[in-house]
Amino acid sequence: MIVGAFKNAHGGATLHHMHQIVQQPYRDQYWLTIKVSLITAGVGSFLGLCIAYAMIREGTPRFLRTILTTFSGVAANFAGIPLAFAFIATLGTIGIATTFIKDHLGYDLYAHGFTIFGQTGVELTYLYFQIPLMILVIAPAIDGLRAEWREAASNLGATSWQFWRYVGIPVLLPSILGAFILLFGNSFSAYATAYGLAGNSVFLIPITIGFYYSGNVVSDPHFAQALAFGMFVVLAVMMLLYVPLQRRSARWMR
Amino acid sequence: MAYLELHELRRAFGPVVALDGIQIELAAGEFLSLLGPSGCGKTTALRLVAGFDRPDSGSIVIDGKDITRLSPNRRDMGMVFQAYSLFPNLTTEQNVEFGLRIRKHKRGARRKRVAELLELVGLGHAGKRFPHQLSGGMQQRVALARALAIEPRVLLLDEPLSALDAKVRVQLREEIRRIQTQLGITTLYVTHDQEEALSVSDHVAVMWSGRIEQVGTPSEMYGAPATPFVAEFIGTMNRLQAVVVDGDRGEVEHAGTLLTVDAARGRSRGEKVLVLVRPELLELEPSTNGSTAGDNTLGGEVVTHTFLGSVTRLKIQGREAELIADVPTARVDSLPVGQPIVAHVPTAGTRLLSLNEEPASDEPDQDGR
Ligand SMILES: Nc1ncnc2c1ncn2[C@@H]1O[C@H](COP(=O)(O)OP(=O)(O)OP(=O)(O)O)[C@@H](O)[C@H]1O
Ligand SMILES: [Mg+2]
Repeated sequence: MIVGAFKNAHGGATLHHMHQIVQQPYRDQYWLTIKVSLITAGVGSFLGLCIAYAMIREGTPRFLRTILTTFSGVAANFAGIPLAFAFIATLGTIGIATTFIKDHLGYDLYAHGFTIFGQTGVELTYLYFQIPLMILVIAPAIDGLRAEWREAASNLGATSWQFWRYVGIPVLLPSILGAFILLFGNSFSAYATAYGLAGNSVFLIPITIGFYYSGNVVSDPHFAQALAFGMFVVLAVMMLLYVPLQRRSARWMR
Repeated sequence: MAYLELHELRRAFGPVVALDGIQIELAAGEFLSLLGPSGCGKTTALRLVAGFDRPDSGSIVIDGKDITRLSPNRRDMGMVFQAYSLFPNLTTEQNVEFGLRIRKHKRGARRKRVAELLELVGLGHAGKRFPHQLSGGMQQRVALARALAIEPRVLLLDEPLSALDAKVRVQLREEIRRIQTQLGITTLYVTHDQEEALSVSDHVAVMWSGRIEQVGTPSEMYGAPATPFVAEFIGTMNRLQAVVVDGDRGEVEHAGTLLTVDAARGRSRGEKVLVLVRPELLELEPSTNGSTAGDNTLGGEVVTHTFLGSVTRLKIQGREAELIADVPTARVDSLPVGQPIVAHVPTAGTRLLSLNEEPASDEPDQDGR
């Protein structure tokens, strides 16, 4: 792939593609892909963390946890065209939820600028697998929080918030960062879901790559490879940011 | 007047009654141990005092104020847990400092206090280390310093030494006692180790199955157990089942032998009793003809020797019961395994427990020994 990215249509070496992929409209498409990934990874991490904590906390019935874990296992792997259609059926122009909200709550989503076929729609749909994925990967870390820490903190006068501020979150942070990166990558490289949902309106890089590969519009596999190489660079940069952060947050483990 | 009072505390978890109405009082500056076998409710009691759990009924009063419903972070209790309670992301210093930071003490004052406390627990050199870089014993020292930092009204310790090896355990318990005396802090200490409880406490409360069996000084608990359970649980005790023959002269019959024990005086004839004799009070002599010569003696045969240092513990198969006797090691050569012996039961110094009101199922479990 990397070699292919530097070849032209005739097989000669070229930097032409590298120059091209940072031009419009591809530059905007990269930004959009990064933005969607950051948003869904951020929101997914946060909500997933909250839900996982609520589920693991003492006092939550055991069966709820079992149900939620099983559901997360399924939902985290539910992606692609089926997921896209499930969301269209739910939140599309005449989707079940859309109609329900309009008929019973008197609020017309589509009249207020919402569309499942736009960026927000894609993000919402991504969250459907991002949140469960977060729940799955963060649950063991939350399990690792010892009851003694919470009790010791409250014994020393800390409120629940202070416990999270000084102990809970710092202890979880390495795991949260790791999970965030995973979620980012997960959404950054997602293709079929966005394609099924908004292939013609939300131009994410993976979709564009698809166009150039499959040749629906124009076939230029080398340019597709160049775009993929660009994605690789973005992920590499993310890792460069992630590694020192992770090191810092896990300082107390060494 | 009592400084800390646990009044008729009851707590049940579903069908399990963990605390069945316990009543304990501590004077200011007192060191009281809650001692009992596993599952008897010690931790439950301590958690109620710390506020991590609420009683079904009863109250906790400190310094005249009822704190039963107060949330744990407003109780000013210093708690030391069994193990692994240090905040893993904070250094030793930061752990000790935690309570002071929450209380918004000035930075300079915090530093000074942390240094003092680390010095007090002998960890002045380890301030910058993270918990996982400390040994188990050091971690518990830090936990102690952290609990003491907030100058708690009561110090609570839940088996703080049980995860440590024997040598550190003895060393650290003495240190806890030294620090406690030095600071004069009221302390409630939970343990299932009777030796530990007896060696460090002002008072010991023996618990069994959600109830307090007896409260007293260590020597009272050892010398004058009030129930068969306490007798069995504290130290080693010979328990001779007997029937009172003559209450005026203090005569009881055990396994066909008449014994005179002071404690039996005034008992009514026919009363079933347990005669309690400490192993060190049984005097052994080799018996030449196998007879039980002399008064107040029981016959038997030496079964095993266990070397305990200055004394050796002998197990003796008697006619009805097994006996345990501690003999000065210097004398043990005259009592080899297989040797028939007579054991003198002292008239004074034995205790008597009436068995009449005790249900037969009162076999204590042997867990905490
Ligand atoms: N949260 C709980 N839920 C259900 N049962 C409990 C709970 N906490 C304690 N118990 C039960 O209450 C009883 C007393 O438990 P507790 O932990 O107080 O015993 P303990 O004396 O501290 O024992 P150990 O020496 O083993 O620590 C036990 O039978 C235990 O199973
Ligand atoms: Mg316990």
